[in-house]
Amino acid sequence: MQKSFLLYFLITLVGLIFIGRLYQLQIIRSDSYDPIRNSAVKVEYDYPERGYIYDRNGKLLVANQLSYDVMVQPNKVKPLDTLEFCKLLKIDKIDFNKRLVRAENYASYLPSVFLKQLAKKDFAFLQEKLHKYSGFYIQKRIIRDYPIKAAANVLGYIGEVNEERARKSDYYEQGELEGKDGVEKQYENILRGKKGKKYLKRNNLNKVTGSYKEGTFDTLPKNGKDLTLTLDIDLQLYAQQLMKGKRGGIVAIEPSTGEILALVTAPSYDPNMLVGRKRSKNSVLLFNDTISKPSYDRGLLAAYAPGSPFKMMNALIGLQENVITQQTSFKCYGGFRYGKRAGAFMKCHCNIYGSPIQLKTAISRSCNSYFSNTYKKIIEKNKNPPEGLDTWHDHVASFGLGDFLGYDLPAGQRGLIPDGDYYNKRLNYRWNGSSTISNAIGQGEVLTTPIQLANFTAAIANKGYFYTPHIVKSINQNPIKDSAYTSKKQTTIDKEHFTPVIEAMYEVFKTGTGRWSQVKGIEICGKTGTAENFIVVDGFKEQLADHSILVAFAPKDNPKIALAVFVENGGYGSTIAAPITSLLVEKYINGVISKRSKYRELSMLNLSLQDIYDKQIQKPVEEIASGTK
Amino acid sequence: MRQEQNNIFAGIDWILIIIYVTLVGFGWLNIFAASKNEENFEILDFSTKYGKQLIWIGLSLPLIIIVLFFNSKFYEQFASILYLASIVALILLFPFGKEINGAKSWFSFGAMSLQPAEFVKVFTALAVAKLVSDRQYNFKLIKNQIKAFIIIFLPAFLIFLQPDAGSAVIYLAFFFVLHREGLTLNYILLGATFIILFILTIFFGSKGMLISTFILITLLVYYLFYRGGKRFLRFNWHKMLGIYLVVGIFILGTGYTYDNILASHQKDRFDILLGIKTDNKGIGYNSHQSELTISSGGFKGKGFLKGDLTQGDFVPEQHTDYIFSAVGEEWGFLGSSFVVILFMLLLYRIIYLAETHTNKFGRIYGYGLASILFFHIIVNIGMVIGLLPTVGIPLPFFSYGGSSLWGFTILLFIFIRLDAHKDYDL
Repeated sequence: MQKSFLLYFLITLVGLIFIGRLYQLQIIRSDSYDPIRNSAVKVEYDYPERGYIYDRNGKLLVANQLSYDVMVQPNKVKPLDTLEFCKLLKIDKIDFNKRLVRAENYASYLPSVFLKQLAKKDFAFLQEKLHKYSGFYIQKRIIRDYPIKAAANVLGYIGEVNEERARKSDYYEQGELEGKDGVEKQYENILRGKKGKKYLKRNNLNKVTGSYKEGTFDTLPKNGKDLTLTLDIDLQLYAQQLMKGKRGGIVAIEPSTGEILALVTAPSYDPNMLVGRKRSKNSVLLFNDTISKPSYDRGLLAAYAPGSPFKMMNALIGLQENVITQQTSFKCYGGFRYGKRAGAFMKCHCNIYGSPIQLKTAISRSCNSYFSNTYKKIIEKNKNPPEGLDTWHDHVASFGLGDFLGYDLPAGQRGLIPDGDYYNKRLNYRWNGSSTISNAIGQGEVLTTPIQLANFTAAIANKGYFYTPHIVKSINQNPIKDSAYTSKKQTTIDKEHFTPVIEAMYEVFKTGTGRWSQVKGIEICGKTGTAENFIVVDGFKEQLADHSILVAFAPKDNPKIALAVFVENGGYGSTIAAPITSLLVEKYINGVISKRSKYRELSMLNLSLQDIYDKQIQKPVEEIASGTK
Repeated sequence: MRQEQNNIFAGIDWILIIIYVTLVGFGWLNIFAASKNEENFEILDFSTKYGKQLIWIGLSLPLIIIVLFFNSKFYEQFASILYLASIVALILLFPFGKEINGAKSWFSFGAMSLQPAEFVKVFTALAVAKLVSDRQYNFKLIKNQIKAFIIIFLPAFLIFLQPDAGSAVIYLAFFFVLHREGLTLNYILLGATFIILFILTIFFGSKGMLISTFILITLLVYYLFYRGGKRFLRFNWHKMLGIYLVVGIFILGTGYTYDNILASHQKDRFDILLGIKTDNKGIGYNSHQSELTISSGGFKGKGFLKGDLTQGDFVPEQHTDYIFSAVGEEWGFLGSSFVVILFMLLLYRIIYLAETHTNKFGRIYGYGLASILFFHIIVNIGMVIGLLPTVGIPLPFFSYGGSSLWGFTILLFIFIRLDAHKDYDL
């Protein structure tokens, strides 16, 4: 064999491989007609107006304003008079270098944001001067403006696309804005519209030399679509005012449609705080406050023990499962004994000692014994507690409790409704109705979020069905057609069983625990609740002041609003949650607060629980300070 | 035997000259396309890249005459001295070199910079030729092998320290030369095996590779045992053990080096090439852009000065290492294949001529020349068309840069000189 063979062979092989690869690249994968992949073409984005957001009555909630970012493309930056440039932008040299390095690290050949959101007066001035500095230019952006300072938790906010996402996304470029929370996030694709693209030929100095192929590929921006929310902003605003100085959540739903009328979390914040140059400072304030958590939507996320309102659930299941009737009565001796041990006794404050109590009274007076008996009967109906609990669980779940409801907001929480398996695992099969008796009165393992409880109330108001709660009513004036929100969800309880329960709830506001919060002319049906709650501090269970809870709907016939009100550590349901509820109902149905209710309004507006909250945090702080941690 | 003529152009191989002129000329057109700035331009504007390159090209003419002026005996006699001088130049870089792009590879003389590494190749080729052409030299002796390795690896090592790993890798090309002159092929095969093991290890991870190669080797041993019986085992068990050990250590070492020692940008280059990572905006930008640019050329190309990616300066370093992408865009598949074929013809011609030398020195030098050019072409074009990781070395005769152009010109024309004189040697 000739000695030169190896090299001849390799040269031929490499030559063929190269030509093969060129064939693959240039003939098979040739895409000279795809301007998107051709970067000699400068793509100039024409940003569309982001869709406006209105409330259900057409009041403008979210509008747009212009903002200007200074952009930089590091490889185009030529040596410049840094001092003068810094003076122009009102930054110092260290800052300048830091920003440039950051852009460099992202990608030298791509634009990234150099200085965010200029003030308007700076813009005009800079526009004239900036062209001197190669590599820098101004990008117009559209940011949000909130004429009404409310519902920040519902609306969410827009923010810069994070780097990782910009890198991977086909649509977003670094520095662009997208919805980050709430409706802005959920409906991002509808609100944002579509960027228009202009393809421009440019030379290496980034100078545009004309449009690419006579603009054949250019697209016009498509404006975002406007959203009309189901929210009643007046009700929302009023509820937010009533919740001032308190922590908790309020959810109001229109039972006949599932539309969310108000979704309140307290404390909240002014949505304008997350707009403009103060944004980063403010977001630290909002997102790092782990004590009052203003950025945490309690209406959707806080899983509380539902307390007494859950008794209606057990009443309905009892009726459906035929373990009680309207006429069934139990006697209450100041409580319910569920075991032989001395402590196995659940106290009751119904104050009806020894006489038989029927369903209506049991609900209006919130008798623990009655529902303990009922619950025990449900669970032990077939002498098989896991099976009984599973049946119970399925009934509860049909009201949307214990799982994500499926509403159109990004935040959610399952809550907890235990089933047979749950206790089998936890209590190793040794359990029955008695050992899980807390479920009878909405304490113990059961956890629900305010929106779940509001939906549960709406289902009672509708006598057995509900529509999945949702926040968007129409898109560009076209009512939503998504069957997830427009179709009835039937519960497993028959219609006739709701009548006695509703009557009882009516009784609550007539003669029972809610009687102090009646509104003249409006028949409110409701149920107060007072839920015990604990926190675990350093391994010790600590009891805190009770949560004040109320669920209600009104009017009794043809209900227009169903709500759930949670006030953290507010004490009895009748003292805080009930007056707030009645004020909201009055405001929504009558539009105004009558003179008779003014005193109630005033006391609720002025009520602050801040002292209680402060005490709660003092305790662990002291313990840490004294070194017991 | 002819008489030596006074005319320095007598007997030179015009085919090589034609290919050379075509490559340099076509190269300049593409540098012009890649570095032209404004719409109105001045070809003789020497502040521009293409203007400067024109000066380098112009100055290579006297350089060629000087190279051809010397008798071929001169190169043979002075090979050692030239080699030593170039080593000294490399060493002097450490105290006096100018740092560009993180490597101390340049001597700066006012406005001009020279990169010694581009010239050292020439003298290393001469030194190797001189050593191996000695009548006493025999590759059977380990001592002789080591001598050759030292000559090759000393400059490679110094360049590696600059650090300029890309230029250092090129010195592996000399193994082809040594193989041609009788060095066993095993070195090349071994090297190739390790490169393949390296790539597979990065791709599949060291654990998987360790297990699968061990299974493979065991199967091989089993097969050989089956064929050769006990005799095989008795004579070869230590070799087998050695293979297990070396392969195992290599794979583990690769995994470790890759994860802990290699700089992240070097790692990324491999990861992107092997498809482990995609990142078309960050470090993968160059390769991505260059592939796109070439693709966009299509069959016929967009035409000279009409490639919008080239004109818009979208491929970083296009006038130097990525010059081939300009060919791809503006001249299309036709143009870029033409360049590949031209390079192949150049290499074939050099080898063909080298084989006609009766003088060992000329033949070995010719092989050195061909191998170096070949390696440059593989690594550079391979990188630009996305087959090999990013390694910054120039495309011979094509890329912008005085040092590289002159280095390759001297390299080639010494051979042309040697070739012209081959008939009246001895």
